[in-house]
Amino acid sequence: MLNMVAKSPFEDLLPIACGSISLSEDIIEYVTLVASKKGNEKQLSDTLKVAHGMALPAPNRITGRVEARCVWFGQQYLLMGPKPDQSLNKVARLTNVSDGYAVARLQGTESERVLARLVPINVSRNVFKRGQTARTLIQHMHGSLTRVSDTSFQIIVLRSMALNLVHDIERAMQSIAARDHL
Amino acid sequence: MRLLCPNCGERDVREFYYQSTAGALIRPDLDAGEVVWDNYLHNRDNPAGKTEDLWYHEAGCNAWIVVIRNTVSHEVLDAELAADKRRDTEAKK
Repeated sequence: MLNMVAKSPFEDLLPIACGSISLSEDIIEYVTLVASKKGNEKQLSDTLKVAHGMALPAPNRITGRVEARCVWFGQQYLLMGPKPDQSLNKVARLTNVSDGYAVARLQGTESERVLARLVPINVSRNVFKRGQTARTLIQHMHGSLTRVSDTSFQIIVLRSMALNLVHDIERAMQSIAARDHL
Repeated sequence: MRLLCPNCGERDVREFYYQSTAGALIRPDLDAGEVVWDNYLHNRDNPAGKTEDLWYHEAGCNAWIVVIRNTVSHEVLDAELAADKRRDTEAKK
């Protein structure tokens, strides 16, 4: 009998570390794409508050906590963590994309330097603050970048790009380590 | 060049895809005639100064936007969502 084994997006790839910087996988059980009807955001926000305890984030922001987060994702939102409550179905279109995205965490006081080599936006702490998110490029990949603490970032890319993300971040980490070693 | 996105703020041009003049948003009526459709599809102004262009924030928020910029000074003056612009235009008709 064939025995199928589920693998996480970064299985066998992460964690990696270089100096004080590390990249590890965030396993999120449910990732749901939430699309609001135009003009329906207030109602969706109220429903989300009752169901999962967080409001709908403004553009470039996230709401919620580690176990249940809502991330602004361009024209839509990502609900990360909990299984979406049925009540959301009435006010938004939900798509289960749990297997579609790879979620990683870049950690370390020097992590900004890694991103500075890969991302065309300013990610320094005084500009890109905790709770801020951006849809942007990570090297050549479309991704979502969020500052989750003073020293760590959440990076989301399409699952098919997981290996590329690890490759790009590892190279940036090594370049920084090499430069510091001079 | 850095463009202004109404959702994301100022971003590097590599995140955007250029489509055409913003005039593409104002589609003529089906029976408007050959001259009008010829102008809409093929004939473009080449202004020195203020232009309105349609861009797609491909590597960002995925919004179609209209960017107003100056081709002489390269200054980016303003930007709005194409959907809003289209709605305003339709309302004025």
